[in-house]
Amino acid sequence: MRVRVLILPKKGLLDPEGRAVKEMLLDEGFPVKEVKVGKVVELELEKETDIKTMVEKYLINPLVEEYIVE
Amino acid sequence: MRFAVCVFPGSNCDYDTYYVIRDLLGQEVSFVDYTTRDLKGFDCVVIPGGFSFGDYLRAGVLASKTSLGKAIVDFAQKGGLVLGICNGFQILTELELLPGALLRNENMRFICKDVYLRVENKELAFTKRFEEGEIIRMPIAHGEGRYYLPEEELKKIEERGQVVLRYCDEEGNITSQANPNGSVNNIAGVCNREGNVFGLMPHPERACEDLLGYRDGIILWHSLLA
Repeated sequence: MRVRVLILPKKGLLDPEGRAVKEMLLDEGFPVKEVKVGKVVELELEKETDIKTMVEKYLINPLVEEYIVE
Repeated sequence: MRFAVCVFPGSNCDYDTYYVIRDLLGQEVSFVDYTTRDLKGFDCVVIPGGFSFGDYLRAGVLASKTSLGKAIVDFAQKGGLVLGICNGFQILTELELLPGALLRNENMRFICKDVYLRVENKELAFTKRFEEGEIIRMPIAHGEGRYYLPEEELKKIEERGQVVLRYCDEEGNITSQANPNGSVNNIAGVCNREGNVFGLMPHPERACEDLLGYRDGIILWHSLLA
């Protein structure tokens, strides 16, 4: 079983990396409204597990990050 | 006093810290590696700077999940003194022994320079040799030092006096120009509610000798002995 966890800076939090990318894309003429830069953790699981606990307790810091599981 | 200096794979200020404690303070000190399970017998545990576990995933997170990380929580809960410097501060927030998180510097760069700091709480075991409001100078060297805490919690730690150090200018003014990394309220160091756990981004172990052009760092170390 393959799980992909997308980790992004929490909404409303200053994301300097996203801001820098957005400015670059605007300079290049792309109509970009918002850019967030995060990270991807791709997991191959042996069997079903408690993904929510695994992600919230070990992979992200809920104070500053949010996530999407694919 | 018996000091422990924590060593994780990637710690790189461990020897500087060890040197200050042994040679400048003349105290008993041991390295404890990341597999250590018990910190019994120590009075103060120091988590030094560096890049524990290569800063993988998030600075400090992997170190916080080791058996030494768990032993530090146990030691702190029993009232032991814990000092986290730079990466050590990041580890303490990941252990949830200290509030908040340390994020990428606002300008996205690794910053290595001297800063001025204002001592906001001199009631701690770590700061009692300072004067209230004293302006001190120490070096910083970090890429992820932007202290963040949501506004409501920030208000609470401010009210409780948990903000110990703030970035300021040479005269002690708290300005945005004096804030090197975009930390909320210019925060450079915080303690827990009980005051036995303290984390700071600047490096007091690098600011202890006239030969190196500093003398404010040693006051922090001497506070622990007072």
